[in-house]
Amino acid sequence: MNYSIAYRTIVTKEIFRFIRIWPQTLLPPAITTALYFLIFGKLIGDRVGAINGVTYMEYIVPGIILMSVISHSYANVVSSFYSTKFQRNIEELLVAPVPNWVILSGYVSGGIIRGLLVGTVVALISLLFADIEVKNPYITLSVMLLTATLFSLAGFINAVLAESFDDISIIPNFVLTPLSYLGGVFFSVKMLPTIWQSISLGNPILYMINAFRYGLIGVTDVDIQLAFMMTGGLILILTLVSLFLLHKGIGIKN
Amino acid sequence: MNALSIRNLKKTYNNGFEALKGIDLEVQAGDFFALLGPNGAGKSTTIGIISSLVNESSGSVSIFGHDLKAERSLAKSCLGLVPQEVNFNQFDTVKSIVFNQAGYYGTPRKLALQRTEHCLKQMDLWDKRDTVSRRLSGGMKRRVMIARAMVHAPKLLILDEPTAGVDIEIRRSMWKMMQEVNQQGTTIILTTHYLEEAESLCRNIAIIDQGRIVENTDMASLLARLHVDHFVLDLAEPLAHAPVISGYQIQRIADKVLDVAVPKEIGLNYLFSQLSAQNINVVSLKNKSNRLEQLFLNLIDTKPAGNS
Ligand SMILES: Nc1ncnc2c1ncn2[C@@H]1O[C@H](COP(=O)(O)OP(=O)(O)O)[C@@H](O)[C@H]1O
Ligand SMILES: [Mg+2]
Repeated sequence: MNYSIAYRTIVTKEIFRFIRIWPQTLLPPAITTALYFLIFGKLIGDRVGAINGVTYMEYIVPGIILMSVISHSYANVVSSFYSTKFQRNIEELLVAPVPNWVILSGYVSGGIIRGLLVGTVVALISLLFADIEVKNPYITLSVMLLTATLFSLAGFINAVLAESFDDISIIPNFVLTPLSYLGGVFFSVKMLPTIWQSISLGNPILYMINAFRYGLIGVTDVDIQLAFMMTGGLILILTLVSLFLLHKGIGIKN
Repeated sequence: MNALSIRNLKKTYNNGFEALKGIDLEVQAGDFFALLGPNGAGKSTTIGIISSLVNESSGSVSIFGHDLKAERSLAKSCLGLVPQEVNFNQFDTVKSIVFNQAGYYGTPRKLALQRTEHCLKQMDLWDKRDTVSRRLSGGMKRRVMIARAMVHAPKLLILDEPTAGVDIEIRRSMWKMMQEVNQQGTTIILTTHYLEEAESLCRNIAIIDQGRIVENTDMASLLARLHVDHFVLDLAEPLAHAPVISGYQIQRIADKVLDVAVPKEIGLNYLFSQLSAQNINVVSLKNKSNRLEQLFLNLIDTKPAGNS
């Protein structure tokens, strides 16, 4: 059986969903990040001066772009799949001959597309403030893609396990946002006391932000290869966990 | 060929409740079949397992010869489901709900558009195609679910209480639609707790109670067994005792009210001639029996639990 039609149907539905509610999904990141660039990059950054040989504005642009990718790919899948589960229209997919891996790919693709779209919007806004020439487009794009994939998967797992609307906001608020901020969006880990440097190295988001910063402006605190391996490994693990949850029907079947 | 065959199906929910205690069922291709039972009997659980929404505890299901485990995709392609509760995205338009479902079944875009149009017209919803489904009436929402279930032209259509809570007029028109679909060759299984509904639509029937099939037969022979009607008679003058008339069981419910069990083969004429002879004047009469209730009582009398 050919599942490409089913896959495309899910992805199209996902894209229409976030476009239909664009004032909630596409507009806020544009406004928030414009403010970040203005306040942190311009007003404060002008006084901070250079960091790792680049201006503060240039330094924070990659982190802010990737932070938007992370939060939007995650948010897209967690809220879409949770409401699908909550309204029980997941049953439309369960009765149809759609294998679990197609369901997962469809929702994750939706999250990736939203993440990349928001990332692009934020990148375009950053051009108003900074003059960035992409150092290595392949690394830049692949880090963006892998990060969007990873956090779409994480959002999916969160949605499967969530039992209430509260459960879908806990992880973004109490895990993702702090880890992103601590992952060196606004600073180099080398500025931290040694003990905090070591602790920070346990934060996977740190690796992704640095790899992305390396791709964009050629500056990093961590080893790029390690960053790719870590992201790839996490994607593999979360994919297996997602498929296992779907196979068991956890949260969606009795 | 069997459209559906179920073997020794059991289901125990996570909380330990045993909803199905070993169901066996066969439905012939082309049939219009009723699965009848009171609330909580296990109808939706059975249908949930057939349509992959509920995991069975043990047993097997095959749809048009395709085992649901071994040939999942083929089995699923043969089946269309109209669930008991509304389960589409209420913010989507009628057309996109039906069209997307065709996509999930792998229908190419052009054919999917044709099928969507066909099913919406058949369900009298074409005018509403661009309406956001949240704004539809209850009866229309049911019809959206029927159109959605039929968009991939399934050979077996299962409807879980499709007419619960819709008014008489809509119920009749839905009956007509279901009959047309059946006449066009689709096998239909319907669950209901109205005997009248099963009676007017279905050729064969299974009755389920407390997770067991307690009866599985054709409609005609089942109805033949319902040979006693109960009537309530309102009298002009009070009576001290219930009158005795051979062939009937008569109870005095109140001073001026009698309950009479009337065997169909004797009928009402003899009753009234005897009442007249005894100078008892009847003011009015109404049919009392809930036939379904009576049917269950009969079945449970004759087949004690654990013995089906
Ligand atoms: N998710 C569930 N967990 C526990 N018990 C359930 C669940 N769903 C249904 N039941 C119980 O199983 C029995 C059969 O339910 P159901 O199949 O919905 O009956 P019907 O459709 O015939 O009204 C009922 O007693 C119901 O309370
Ligand atoms: Mg039910």
